[in-house]
Amino acid sequence: MKFAVIVFPGSDDVEMYRAVTEVLGEEAELVGHDADSLEGFDGIILPGGFSYGDYLRPGALACFTKVMDEVKKAAEEGKPVLGVGNGFQILLEAGLLPGAVKKNKSLRFICRNETVKVENNETMFTSLYEKGEAITLPIAHESGNYHCDDETLQRLKENNQIVFTYENNPNGSVEGIAGIINERGNVLGMMPRPERATEEIIGGTDGLRLFQSLVKHWRETVNVTNA
Amino acid sequence: MSQMREPTPEQIKSEKLYREMGMTDEEFAMVEKILGRLPNYTETGLFSVMWSEHCSYKNSKPVLRKFPTEGERVLQGPGEGAGIVDIGDGQAVVFKLESHNHPSAVEPYEGAATGVGGILRDVFSMGARPIASLNSLRFGELDSPRTKYLFKEAVNGIAGYGNRMGIPTVGGEVQFDPCYEGNPLVNAMTVGLIDHKDIKKGQAHGVGNSVVYVGSKTGRDGIHGATFASEEFSEDAEVESPDIQRGDPFVEKLLMEACLELVKSDALVGIQDMGAAGLTSSSAEMASKAGTGIEMNLDLVPQREEGMTPYEMMLSESQERMLLIIKKGREQEVIDLFSKYGLEAAVVGKVTDDKMLRLIHKGEVVANVPVDALAEDAPVYHKPSKEPDYYREFQAMENDIPKVEDYNETLVALLKQPTIASKKWVYEQYDYMARLDTVVPPGSDAGVVRIPGKNKALAMTTDCNSRYIYLDPRTGGKIVVAEAARNIVASGGEPIAVTDCLNFGSPEKPEIFWQLEQSVEGMSEACRALNTPVISGNVSLYNETDGKAIYPTPTVGMVGLIIDLKHVTTQEFKAAGDLIYLVGETKDEFGGSELQKMTYGKIFGKAPELDLEVEAKVQKQVLSAIRAGLVASAHDISEGGFAVALAECCMSAQGLGAEVEVTGNPVSALFSESQSRFILSVKKEHQEEFEKLVDAQLIGKVTDDSVLRISCNKEEVIHQQVDQLRKEWEGAIPCLLK
Repeated sequence: MKFAVIVFPGSDDVEMYRAVTEVLGEEAELVGHDADSLEGFDGIILPGGFSYGDYLRPGALACFTKVMDEVKKAAEEGKPVLGVGNGFQILLEAGLLPGAVKKNKSLRFICRNETVKVENNETMFTSLYEKGEAITLPIAHESGNYHCDDETLQRLKENNQIVFTYENNPNGSVEGIAGIINERGNVLGMMPRPERATEEIIGGTDGLRLFQSLVKHWRETVNVTNA
Repeated sequence: MSQMREPTPEQIKSEKLYREMGMTDEEFAMVEKILGRLPNYTETGLFSVMWSEHCSYKNSKPVLRKFPTEGERVLQGPGEGAGIVDIGDGQAVVFKLESHNHPSAVEPYEGAATGVGGILRDVFSMGARPIASLNSLRFGELDSPRTKYLFKEAVNGIAGYGNRMGIPTVGGEVQFDPCYEGNPLVNAMTVGLIDHKDIKKGQAHGVGNSVVYVGSKTGRDGIHGATFASEEFSEDAEVESPDIQRGDPFVEKLLMEACLELVKSDALVGIQDMGAAGLTSSSAEMASKAGTGIEMNLDLVPQREEGMTPYEMMLSESQERMLLIIKKGREQEVIDLFSKYGLEAAVVGKVTDDKMLRLIHKGEVVANVPVDALAEDAPVYHKPSKEPDYYREFQAMENDIPKVEDYNETLVALLKQPTIASKKWVYEQYDYMARLDTVVPPGSDAGVVRIPGKNKALAMTTDCNSRYIYLDPRTGGKIVVAEAARNIVASGGEPIAVTDCLNFGSPEKPEIFWQLEQSVEGMSEACRALNTPVISGNVSLYNETDGKAIYPTPTVGMVGLIIDLKHVTTQEFKAAGDLIYLVGETKDEFGGSELQKMTYGKIFGKAPELDLEVEAKVQKQVLSAIRAGLVASAHDISEGGFAVALAECCMSAQGLGAEVEVTGNPVSALFSESQSRFILSVKKEHQEEFEKLVDAQLIGKVTDDSVLRISCNKEEVIHQQVDQLRKEWEGAIPCLLK
């Protein structure tokens, strides 16, 4: 499976790239913010970091880049799109997912492992987890406090779009939401960083199954003669 | 136009205007003699910053020469942006610790942030990829709104800059003492990794080569920062407080990536960060080191503000700038490379053969001074040194054992002292996981970062117990280095080199200069005994407010090599049933201890003794046992003594406790701060083999009931629920900040 890891100035692309290529053993390519095509990629990842320094609202500038038109196109085509941390913030700003994030309740950056509950394991991103399984994923963000209006929240619940929640809500997110998926089920955004939990020696492997779920889905459903 | 308002050379002399720039009458006379004429305003500015203590080390040089700086691993000692040490496989580690104290006292967020930015540039300007940062912070007691503000904002600034750079902050230390009330210390360290073949130096070789300016535009911020950093604070006098530099980590990240791409190109001859004294130091130092000169046309310098004078441009400390020497004819390549990252690069001058720094502005030569005079010929002062009276009094005192009524209460109270309390509130604001190589995050004895693609890792730590140094700078200086090495060893590493940041009061005072001399002497002895040469460093003097100096605080940053990832060891107990050993001898030593300070509200007496032979032997034994795979956990005993260290081994584990039996005076057994001690835990099946390798005392075992029990002379003196202890220990700092 071939992933595009989108690089905005200020992204932490190296982590995602290493996790996908070195640990997962799949193909990945770093794709710049000014790329005008994402053809040939089977999955799109918007990594964490601080695109454009996050001097404005996180993600607010990145969502106006050329490559984001292509990300939207890929999402419409049904390709898997994953945004973690800053990538999630960009998906929210771009309107690919509903809601917004505010600064953490503490108003401070928080870096630590959190227990995260898999609310929905019937997605292409989470099929290898158990429903209700508690996994450990790192968070590292200053603005991860997810918010949406009541109507949206209702819809997220009805459509089973809430994929991850925190056990001990670290940032003030509504209903402890840590990650949501679009209605179609191919765009996932989450504040926890699964790529940082892919090796025992750096603290755990609970994030690995997210990527493995994606690869499995791709192998089973997409008829590609050759990658 | 503004140039018209600048004083004439005659006015500068007759009205002694150079004094406002921090120059003495004698120094001005020296400049006049060197030039054979009076310097103009710009030239006076150049000399005043380059001859400031911050840039020239004029007061500390004779002392710094005492440090051992050579060793079989050292590829680059002090003198460049950062030192370089060989770690095998054609790779080397590059690191340096640097202060940003004065700016942080005025504007803690920006001061701390730009401290991080500056040290990162020092490392990547050598061609190294930064892989981790650390810091060392000092504040007054957390009881005034001002100190709380300084502490919160400095931490926030380090996080704001370091996190945006995507460089993990993996370690550090924070201590609180009234002596830092007016002079908080912010020392930042960066560790980078480099292939030997990519090492770059700040040298302007090759007459005719181009001088290229890259990065942010030059503004009026930070003018005379280096001079400002070489002065004391005072409440009544108007301190010349410059506009503090502001950081832009986003630009720095782009600059870092661009520079790391550039260092692979043979178009690059030399590179240096524009740090303290900005354009002046980078140009003069690069030319001086290469035996060349530099001519720059200041009209070509990218400027953020209109109407900047040569003086302002040359003394600005705007951040995120680098000066490059590029082979003639290859300039466009470099400009294109930087523009790919959205950064400006401008050819501003050329390398000359006349050893002069010549500046041209609006068609006129506005400065023409010898580069060596700026970079090398600053006067060196041998300051008078005098043993302070307090030292003699303290040395004459007998060791005092504080009275303890309730051992349990005392242990809890010690765990709540801000200097001992968990620093989780601090390090959780730092992205310590960035880059996916952090094997041991903050909270253990040292941070450990693996080397990508290799079965090796680097252990790193910053340390300085300034209380011991105040009581006895020579012994305290030894302890600083020994304790840092103990932290590295406890993590499974072999200490390989140190960087230092000498934070002191005013060297004009003989007693302060004595502290500086003595502590460097002690540190040097320890560096020799532990085979850890000093490869880089920085001096921050004049840390005084209204004539009151901070405790002498020569902070050390140490890096160790872990030769096999299997050797990585942490402080927390691992499994119930493991045997607990105490390594080292416990004496009645409370001078400068946490218990002494808590009991009396002050420190006095002798610092704990340190026998370097014993220290080296103990460290060697512990490391050999770790390398033999016999040690489950290792923790050095420091502030608060044995009971605090043992509690930490329990609190940082989950669901485990300890049951141990010690002997002697219970107060000393529990809380003395004797040196050269470790707490190790060992699997039962390794007992025999371990005892052959390490002289250690078996004192008990790890339990599965989350209770800490310590008996002394067969009587239970400590009985505490670990969960409760953890709550107090972790809650102390957040509670004080409320």
